[in-house]
Amino acid sequence: MKIRLDQVVKTFDTFRAVHGVSLEIESGQLVALLGPSGSGKTTILRMVAGLEYADGGHIYFGDQDATDIPVRDRGVGFVFQHYALFPHMTVAENIAFGMKVSKTRRSKTEIATRVLELLRLVRLEGLGDRFPGQISGGQRQRVALARALAVDPKVLLLDEPFGALDANVRRDLRRWLREIHDELGITTLFVTHDQEEALDLADQVVILNEGKIVQEGTPADVCRHPGSAFVMQFLGDVNKFPGVARDGFVFVGETATGIASTEDGPVDVLVRPRDVVWQKNGGGIPVDIERFLHRPDGLSVVGTTKDGVRVEFEIPEKAEPDLSRGAGISLRNAQVFRRGV
Amino acid sequence: MKRNVLPGLPLSLGITLFYVGLIVVLPLAALVFKAASLGPAEYWAIVSSPRAVASYRVTVISALVATAFNLVFGLALAWVLVRYRFPGRRIVDAIVDLPFALPTAVAGIALTTLFASNGWFGTLLAPFGIKVAYTPLGIMVAMCFTSLPFIVRTVQPVLEDLDPALEEAAQSLGGSDSAIFVRVILPLLMPALLAGLSLSFARSLGEFGAIIFIAGNQPMETEITALLAFIRLEEYDYQAAAAIASVLLITAFLMLAATNLLQARALRYTARS
Repeated sequence: MKIRLDQVVKTFDTFRAVHGVSLEIESGQLVALLGPSGSGKTTILRMVAGLEYADGGHIYFGDQDATDIPVRDRGVGFVFQHYALFPHMTVAENIAFGMKVSKTRRSKTEIATRVLELLRLVRLEGLGDRFPGQISGGQRQRVALARALAVDPKVLLLDEPFGALDANVRRDLRRWLREIHDELGITTLFVTHDQEEALDLADQVVILNEGKIVQEGTPADVCRHPGSAFVMQFLGDVNKFPGVARDGFVFVGETATGIASTEDGPVDVLVRPRDVVWQKNGGGIPVDIERFLHRPDGLSVVGTTKDGVRVEFEIPEKAEPDLSRGAGISLRNAQVFRRGV
Repeated sequence: MKRNVLPGLPLSLGITLFYVGLIVVLPLAALVFKAASLGPAEYWAIVSSPRAVASYRVTVISALVATAFNLVFGLALAWVLVRYRFPGRRIVDAIVDLPFALPTAVAGIALTTLFASNGWFGTLLAPFGIKVAYTPLGIMVAMCFTSLPFIVRTVQPVLEDLDPALEEAAQSLGGSDSAIFVRVILPLLMPALLAGLSLSFARSLGEFGAIIFIAGNQPMETEITALLAFIRLEEYDYQAAAAIASVLLITAFLMLAATNLLQARALRYTARS
């Protein structure tokens, strides 16, 4: 089912959580809403689910305007960050809940068969008689997913599904969610503040900040062509150098970086730590080195430029280098953004 | 005893047990002892006398009705106090505790004045032929009044802690409001409801002060068991008083034991494997 948001607005008391967001999600896609806390990503997800009503704009499921359809009739599966399993029901009863309360009557055996099928899908065979309090966090989240899938939702919505789990379990569940999605082909929208999770899992990544979409695209798009300094900073560690563009080139301090710029004026130069190149023989942007940090695959260097800008970058050497000839850096794969954008 | 990191176990346990023994167990033991000084035949004759049996009937039926009423009304009150924000909510919240604070005799006199045939409520009810003061209905009203806080105060904190996501999840799975209430909310409130229920019922069984003013105290009709025990006491018939009181004691004990069992059943999902 294709989902379309058209100029959706949501305000809580005086705080505007979502500013006119428009978004199209193709049928069968797995899409991540990525953003820092307070960016409105969960509010958008909850509006798609019908757990919040939009103050303005429209939400379409296919050709149908779903904006005012209450959550119970909207046909969405929702998975909560803290699972929200019914603690007094067994795993099997939790999964069966949606089928039992549904308007379409199902026989007991029909429900039992479907529950077993779903337990197999989420690889929890044999745990049907346990209570949620008796299984691990990762298992609970799989039960929550099975419960959401039991009602054959048109759309699957997940709110920080792996947020409460530890790193290893997260990674496993992520791969596994991708597999389930590919198997069922259900349109899926999930919220995360973890950029690695979004890039790992999603077909399309929608990056949000302060209630607005700042960029959307495939993981490759947003990584290779970040549209703003915010996106670049949000997707991973960066070093940010204030500079000036003059005559088509960017200068940091007094140093010409050799980076081309189409517009003159104050700019920010953003570079990933591994794209900062150590100039052994001096030269480049001068840097005062403060510390070397040992990492499994080399050294991490911490220093400051003459302008007082903090720099952190990685070098492949295993031993602390000789600093007698002065330290300098040059930049590659830099992204240049006009200041304040 | 296993070694425990937290200090103070022997001391606090000693003080607690001593205190419970002194304040709770000793008087009850004296009561049982006094009642036991009667021979079995004599004991049975006293506790099964028609007047005593009539008092059990009035007391238990009134307590059951009052508890049932408080179950519904107390749950509704707790629900409103937790779920909605309205002006005066804190005042209502404070008023709930008043029956605890008010001397029960004062409550009894106030209720009698209101429900007497020339009182504010009594004059309104009279045209419908409903008499409250000096009837079993009056006993129920007094019991309702004094035991209302129990259900509200046991259910309220549990309701406050109920994760709203549970209801949202149930809604997203297509549950109607009534299905969500019956299948999700009520089972989760059940242990607290049972606790409130048993406290409310036990309190109603033992209530004295508020009831004797409104009940009329006609033997065989509106005489409660606690009053009968008191009358025997005034007649210096201590053994009979103890015998009748022991029936109340045993009833309250059995009822508390039964609700504890039910509570354990309702909470079995919290047991970890």
